Amino acid sequence: MIFLVNGKANGEVLKLDDPLSFWGGVDPQTGEITDLRHPQGGMSVKGKVLMMPFGRGSSSGSSVIAEGIRSGSGPAGIIMMEADEIIALGAIVADEIYGKAMPIIVVEKTEYEKYSTGDQIVISEDGITFS
Amino acid sequence: MSVNLSEFDQSCLDGKEGSAAASAMRVIVRLAETMGATELLDVTSAHIDSCLYHGPAVLDFAKWLEDQGAKVKIPTTLNVSSLDLIHPDLYRGDKDWGTQARLLMDCYERMGCKPTWTCAPYQLEERPKFGEQVAWAESNAIVFANSVLGARTHRYGDFIDICAAICGRAPAAGLHLDQNRRGDILFRVDGLNDSLMDRDVFYPVLGHLLGKHAGNGIPVIQGLPEGVSEDRLKALGAAAASSGSVGMFHAVGSTPEASTTEEAFLGLDPTDVIDVTPEKIVSARNELSTVSTSRIGAVSLGTPHYSVQEIKKLFELFGSQSVDSGVNFYVSTGRDVLTEASLRGFVKPLEDAGVIFVTDTCTYITPIMESVTLPVMTDSAKWAYYAPGNLGVQVIFGAVEDCVASGVSGDLCIDNDIWLDG
Repeated sequence: MIFLVNGKANGEVLKLDDPLSFWGGVDPQTGEITDLRHPQGGMSVKGKVLMMPFGRGSSSGSSVIAEGIRSGSGPAGIIMMEADEIIALGAIVADEIYGKAMPIIVVEKTEYEKYSTGDQIVISEDGITFS
Repeated sequence: MSVNLSEFDQSCLDGKEGSAAASAMRVIVRLAETMGATELLDVTSAHIDSCLYHGPAVLDFAKWLEDQGAKVKIPTTLNVSSLDLIHPDLYRGDKDWGTQARLLMDCYERMGCKPTWTCAPYQLEERPKFGEQVAWAESNAIVFANSVLGARTHRYGDFIDICAAICGRAPAAGLHLDQNRRGDILFRVDGLNDSLMDRDVFYPVLGHLLGKHAGNGIPVIQGLPEGVSEDRLKALGAAAASSGSVGMFHAVGSTPEASTTEEAFLGLDPTDVIDVTPEKIVSARNELSTVSTSRIGAVSLGTPHYSVQEIKKLFELFGSQSVDSGVNFYVSTGRDVLTEASLRGFVKPLEDAGVIFVTDTCTYITPIMESVTLPVMTDSAKWAYYAPGNLGVQVIFGAVEDCVASGVSGDLCIDNDIWLDG
C-alpha cells in the first residue's frame, strides 16, 4: 500500500466499474458524474471514498480534482490499483494552497477487491479499515 | 525524501531561487515521489494546460505562484482557454465566469508564457525535436509529442506544467525514460481493407478502439500504410487519449521509435495481441455516436485544433457550396494556423460559405455553440467522446466529407459504404 497523497478520510465506498476522466466526467461544483457513457454516470462522488483501477483521459483532471476539494464536492479519498499522476497532482496542489489533504492510496489487487460500493471505510495513516 | 536532488533542485527548495521556485519545486518533488522517480531531469520546453478556467481553484493556484514572483525559465506555450480573444463575441457564457477566465489567461501571460492558446502546440513553428525532454500537459499534445515527434514528456496534468516551466525540471520517470517507452499491446490491422486505411476518418476510430483496449499502456499498431500523415496520427492519438490514458503509441513504419515491430517492443514480446477486425472498427465507430436522426443542428470540427492542411481540405470540400441556414458550422483552430490559412486564401471563402472559425478555445469546453436541440456532427472522436457530457448535446460522428455534406444540406449524410467491406 502506497500513499500518493497523505490524509484521512471516512466515508462510503463508490467503486467504479470503469476508470473515469474527472475532466468531462465530473461536475466539480456538485460531484455528479456527468460522463453519460460511464457505468456510474449520474451518481455522485461527493464525500465518497472513490475506488477506480487506474486513471483515464484529460490532463485537466488535476484541476477538477483540486476544484472539487476546494468546493467540498469532491471525493473524501481515492483508492486505486495503479498510481496516476494527473489525479495525484490535483490533490497535492489542493493540499499546498488550501491545506486540505485528500488521501490517495494505491493498493494491491487483493486489497482492492476487499471493498465494495456501500461499504463504510476509514482511511488513516495505518491504512484502510471498515468502520 | 527518496528523490536525489541536484544542487539546483535543493537551492530551489531552500528558497535561494526565489519563493515561487521553492513552491514549484515542492510540487515537482511531491509528484516525483508519487511517480517513484529517483531524480529530476532538465526539460527544454513546457506546454501549459492550467490556463483553462475550471473554477476558483485554478485561479487561486496561478495567483499563488504569481504573487511569489513566478516567471517561466524555459520556452512555454499556452493551451486553449475558455475565451476566444480574436472573436470575443462568440462567448455566450456567464459574464463573471468569462471575467475570471480572462484573469487566469492574463496571469499566465504575465508569468512569461507565450499566448499561443492552442491544444496543438506541435503545429507551431517551434516544436520539440527527437529525443528532447519536455514537460507538456494536454492529453492530445502529450501523445503527439511522444509518439510522432519522438520528444519525451510524461502524461502531465495541470499545475505541474507551470511548476516545471518555472524550474526547468521534471521527474525523471515515466515516459521520459527509455524502458518506459516500450510498446506493450500489439494491434494488428493487417486484415483491414487498404481503401479504409486510406481515409482520414479511419484514424480517430482506430484511436478510440486503441484507447479502450490499451488503457494506460503503449499500443503498437502493425499493418498501417507507411508514413501515415501527422494529421491522421494526431486524430488517432487524441482519440486514444480520450477513451483511454494513452500517453504514447507506436505506428510501425510511421512513428520514429518504431521502424520495425521489434524496435517498438524493444525486442521483447507483446503482453497481448489484438487483431483489429472490420467488425471491431465498425463497432468502435458506432460507439462514437449517441443518436442517429435525419436532421442535424450543428457541425463542430477542429478537436484537436485544425491544421492548415485540414482547413485546406475543408476549403476544397466546400467548393462553391454554403452551410444550410438551419446549421451552425464551427471549426476550432489555433490563431497562428488561422493566420497562415488566411494568407493562403482558405479562410475568407469558408467564412463566406457560413463557416465560423473559433480560435484560442474549443467548442466543447466553453459556451460558444448556439443552443441546439438537434444533434451535432463532428469528425473528432475526442469531441464525440466529451461533448455529450460537457454540453448535454447528442452527437453523430462521421468523416469530414460527411460533415460537409450534412452541413450543406441540413440532413444527415453519411457514406456507410466505406465501412462495409472493412
